[in-house]
Amino acid sequence: MKTNSVLEKVLANGNLAVTSECGPPRGAVPEKVKEKGQLLAGFVDAVNVTDNQTAMVRMSSLGASILLRQMGLNPLLQMVTRDRNRLAMQSEILSAYAHGIDTMLCLSGDHPHFGDHPMAASVHDIDSIQLIQMVKTMRDEGRFQGGAEIENPPKMFIGAAANPFADPFELRVMRLAKKVAAGVDFIQTQCIYNIPKFEKWMEGVRNRGLHEKCYILAGVTPMKSAGMARYMKNKVPGMDVPDDVVARMAAKPKEEQAQEGVDICIETIQRLSQVEGVAGFHIMAIEWEKIVPEIVERAGLLPRPQVA
Amino acid sequence: MITAERKPLKEIMDYIQPFNRILLVGCNECVTVCSAGGRKEVGLLSSALQSAFLSAGKSIEIKEHTLERQCDPEYVEEIVGMMDGVDAVVSMACGCGVQEMARRYKNKPVFPAVNTKFMGASERQGVWAERCQGCGNCLLGITGGICPIARCSKQLMNGPCGGSTNGKCEISKEVDCAWQLIWDRLKMLGQEDRYLDIIPAKDWRTAGGGGPRKIVREDLAG
Repeated sequence: MKTNSVLEKVLANGNLAVTSECGPPRGAVPEKVKEKGQLLAGFVDAVNVTDNQTAMVRMSSLGASILLRQMGLNPLLQMVTRDRNRLAMQSEILSAYAHGIDTMLCLSGDHPHFGDHPMAASVHDIDSIQLIQMVKTMRDEGRFQGGAEIENPPKMFIGAAANPFADPFELRVMRLAKKVAAGVDFIQTQCIYNIPKFEKWMEGVRNRGLHEKCYILAGVTPMKSAGMARYMKNKVPGMDVPDDVVARMAAKPKEEQAQEGVDICIETIQRLSQVEGVAGFHIMAIEWEKIVPEIVERAGLLPRPQVA
Repeated sequence: MITAERKPLKEIMDYIQPFNRILLVGCNECVTVCSAGGRKEVGLLSSALQSAFLSAGKSIEIKEHTLERQCDPEYVEEIVGMMDGVDAVVSMACGCGVQEMARRYKNKPVFPAVNTKFMGASERQGVWAERCQGCGNCLLGITGGICPIARCSKQLMNGPCGGSTNGKCEISKEVDCAWQLIWDRLKMLGQEDRYLDIIPAKDWRTAGGGGPRKIVREDLAG
């Protein structure tokens, strides 16, 4: 074991891992974090805590992660390179580890263009692959990026994202290969609706043996309505929602669409469980955390393994 | 070249409102090429200011002059004789030229008439696009001749983000994805494997992170 991360232990034991996510509130409202945490407790192995997602100001990932940690959950600290330079990122990693947070996700972050502060300067001192290298150096060599020794180095289980649906498609497996070479331990993918395309990507991943060098958690998001399906298809960059999925949602009366979205999500999990190299699932129920227990249960992923 | 765009007339008028005798100085280099502050634009701005002030009931005297290179002390010196008769200087050069004027003519207020934009190239008639951020340690030799620092919206040095769609950047369909361009070029050159080399975290000291930059050539500086 590289770390004490529960997620690492679950994956190392060969269990299909389950993670979900908690978007921190847009205000100093700890109750909202705790409420989401309570909905997920017992149903997932780790809870991603997003970092100013969609470039909107929120409670920090670290702050909300500490709140979840205090409740006994396993927060998965997301960190984007957009908002902090390497000094700030490393100090935040020390703070996280000092609070018992041992799992993180290295991201570049949504562009400020999409958020509520389009006038802000992006930092991008380092990129997501360089962030992976930095966290690995901190853990395995006990050194800061600048070279100095760290007292009690943070042992982080290192994650990153992969989007099998963005362009250029032929580069998507190679981009994962670079993340693996940089030292990533696990991957959470973009939401999967186009299963054949994901399977094609996984084939490329297996051809390079990358599934044996990192754990791949397939990302899924239950859709609440046909409107949401259309929005994700047309408006969210890098999202691939095939027409037949939109049509299936739209074929149901409005009041049954949410249930249809959950059914699609569960069917996706069941089908992807059969794909060699899929090590677990990342269920992103955006502002719909209360549906996660049903999805995990109906997908046959309960009970969650108890690891010491 | 360094590109620039003229400021709104109102902003320039607000600067020079308190003065009566203005020296309007263009530059024959980059700002001429990008049609922002050369001899022609000096003439156009001069007429526009004259007529706008006239209709506001104020008479103003504007002398026009365009220097060979406003960022070069040797040329800036040429206009020393014109300075006695002016209250303020309006420069149509890039920020380098404006500052050189201010450095040389310390007792004259100097105002910029253009916004300096970026180092770029001409894409077609009337269109310029950013190409270089002057990071001081050129990566173009390993990125297929396309700069990810200047041309990727997230300055990603190791490949495209998840928002690259049909060759375009997630921020706008008008912006090419730099990494799509890099990948296409590497393929054309048969250098696909080069993509797998991780470009390590950059040392930004050469890019200005170490403070204002300077080049000293001992052989030339003496």
